[in-house]
Amino acid sequence: MRPTTPQAEKAPTTAAPGRHARREGFEDGALLTVEDVHVRFHTRNGVVHAVEGVSLELSEGEVLAVVGESGSGKTVFTRRVMGLIAGSRDTEVSGTVTFDGITLSELDAKGLSKVWGKEIALVLQDPMTSLNPVKRIGAQITETLILHQKLSKQDANARAIELLRSVGLSEPERRVRQYPHELSGGMRQRVTIAIALSCSPRLLLADEPTTALDVTVQAQILDLLGDLQSRLGMAMLLVTHDLRVVRSRSDRIAVMYAGRIVETAPTKDLFDSPRMPYTEALMNAVPPITGPNHVRLAVIPGRPPDLLAPPKGCRFSPRCPYAQDRCLTEEPPLRDAADLPDGSAVEHSYRCWYPVGTPENAEARRVNVERGETAAGTPVTGEMVPA
Amino acid sequence: MSSTTDSSVVLEKPAEDKPSEDVVLRLEDLVVEFPAGAGQIVHAVSGINLEVRRGETLGLVGESGCGKSTTGRAIMQLPKPTSGSVHFDGRDLASLSSEEVRKLRPKLQMIFQDPISSLNPRRRIPDIVGDPLVVWGRGAEKAKVVPEVLRAVGLDPEQVADRRPHQFSGGQCQRVSIARALVLEPEVLICDEPVSALDVSVQAQILNLLEDMKARYGLTLVFIAHDLGVVRNISDRVAVMYLGRICELGPTEALFDAPVHPYTRLLVSSIPSMEGAQRGEVGTGEMPSPVSPPSGCRFRTRCPLATDRCASEVPEMREVAPGRFTACHHPILDTPVEAPLPAAVAGDHSTNGTAPAPADS
Repeated sequence: MRPTTPQAEKAPTTAAPGRHARREGFEDGALLTVEDVHVRFHTRNGVVHAVEGVSLELSEGEVLAVVGESGSGKTVFTRRVMGLIAGSRDTEVSGTVTFDGITLSELDAKGLSKVWGKEIALVLQDPMTSLNPVKRIGAQITETLILHQKLSKQDANARAIELLRSVGLSEPERRVRQYPHELSGGMRQRVTIAIALSCSPRLLLADEPTTALDVTVQAQILDLLGDLQSRLGMAMLLVTHDLRVVRSRSDRIAVMYAGRIVETAPTKDLFDSPRMPYTEALMNAVPPITGPNHVRLAVIPGRPPDLLAPPKGCRFSPRCPYAQDRCLTEEPPLRDAADLPDGSAVEHSYRCWYPVGTPENAEARRVNVERGETAAGTPVTGEMVPA
Repeated sequence: MSSTTDSSVVLEKPAEDKPSEDVVLRLEDLVVEFPAGAGQIVHAVSGINLEVRRGETLGLVGESGCGKSTTGRAIMQLPKPTSGSVHFDGRDLASLSSEEVRKLRPKLQMIFQDPISSLNPRRRIPDIVGDPLVVWGRGAEKAKVVPEVLRAVGLDPEQVADRRPHQFSGGQCQRVSIARALVLEPEVLICDEPVSALDVSVQAQILNLLEDMKARYGLTLVFIAHDLGVVRNISDRVAVMYLGRICELGPTEALFDAPVHPYTRLLVSSIPSMEGAQRGEVGTGEMPSPVSPPSGCRFRTRCPLATDRCASEVPEMREVAPGRFTACHHPILDTPVEAPLPAAVAGDHSTNGTAPAPADS
């Protein structure tokens, strides 16, 4: 995928009329509904189960973070939502993606091109490759404006300068005449954000938008995204591998592991009382930035599973300190945390037979510590089990 | 070392330069420059003075392009620095012949960011790990030492015996790299972004392993990374680099909890925190090009405290509190230190003023 706001190269000239009526007549419903989405790739080595039955909803103006390690399926999922991955000879897709009443998953390229850039925009990880190296910055921004907003070249140019200013780029008049290689990584990412926002989309998909950037620049870009998101009232799907990044920047978090959502909850709730052992382990594995140094980090043994042959039962069971026999054979469904004795009424669901913070979990830990290994045969050490 | 010694005096008699008891590695006025074409020069490292004490972990942090990896490589003489010296166990590596440097290399090992590309894909794991022994004529020990080291880094020697790097994950390859670096029992291990390419869940395994290996083999670590959380956890002292210079050096906790240099403050406040909201202000701008670094203090173009003095005068490294050094005209202190320390009289040297090596407490 080259352009940041993907558009069909040859867009239909009969594009949608004028601006959509944002915020008007909008009811407090889901803007984006994803239902039971599967993506499987048929490769020479077998079938890769990249995304397995993911369902979620995103309301207007909400920021949902999708967190997962490499290979968790978060990027494939984002691309499927966007419509960039479609069924083909070696790609099997199922499930529905509905955006504001339109079933995206049924649209063809022509139909999608009316939505891309205008209603849904995408910001990718690597600003070096998501811009066209042989086109000036200005031309890359005005392309979208001329296509979707029917602006004249001159107006589009003025708007491009305005957009660059709004994303905090200095000397925007000069920038529009520059090429991507003349800008630094952070500046390029600001440009891709400007392109993404050029038509005031209602949904922004940001796939690891700051991973390629330095920490001081990362903070700038995240603040910029958050600021624009709340000012424009758009919904955002923020995909990242770093829990720290989303802590103060999301309303809700969905944790993905091996192609599945394993826990989803409002951000505060997830951090306060994670239920899925994987979420708990991820949090403990991040080196703290306060307190003493040389702290022994809690480790997650092993590595993420091979999606060619995901483990039976709970997919985290081979690495889980609490794993019991049941976890190896029976995959837990998404369960509602409100049913737990100390669960709050917020929407919090998780996939685990022995959720963290329950007597069952404490018992599972006791059993495993006693026999020195989990039901999956993983040795249980002090490093692995949080006290 | 006693910082009262003028650096020029040290340079006149490098042979007699006796290391103080606990300093294993000392960089003096280290400069690394690369040609950038069209007669331009990349000032990657511009005059670094640093001491690494035996048995400590020294963290070297900074953003990409600040020269931290170049510094690590210059210590290894890969390539030799443009000027300045690297004293290892009291011997100046820069003044030695390449053969003499080669003989010291077993004591000075390095591991890299990308664990997969740093291993030869066509060789088997035990051969990769055992090679350093063969090179040093100790091939006979291979059968005994290699399994030991593999076990130490958490790999089963029997399981990996017939395997090649592509059959392993990034985390396991990093374990192999560490085993290869340890097989000759080095004194100093330079780790250049050893966990940046790894997932969070695997990163913790490698960090714990490095701590274990440090204890087991009595290593001194130079830990280069851009992730401040990682550096904070593993380091005893931290040196913060910006655009080829060290701007702050101090004990880890103190440096992170109360940064003295404005750049350190910016870095620390930019860390996304597990504990909640961001802690401080977010800066603006990005690092200028190392081809034409700003005059005076290199951070001044982004510094909220910059004054005219910062543009004209290179700030010297000075001790602002016990064990804490900074190169800043306007350090953030509870009790401002106005006059530079006596050792920093070299201030009227032109651009690349030589900062005195930080003294031990």
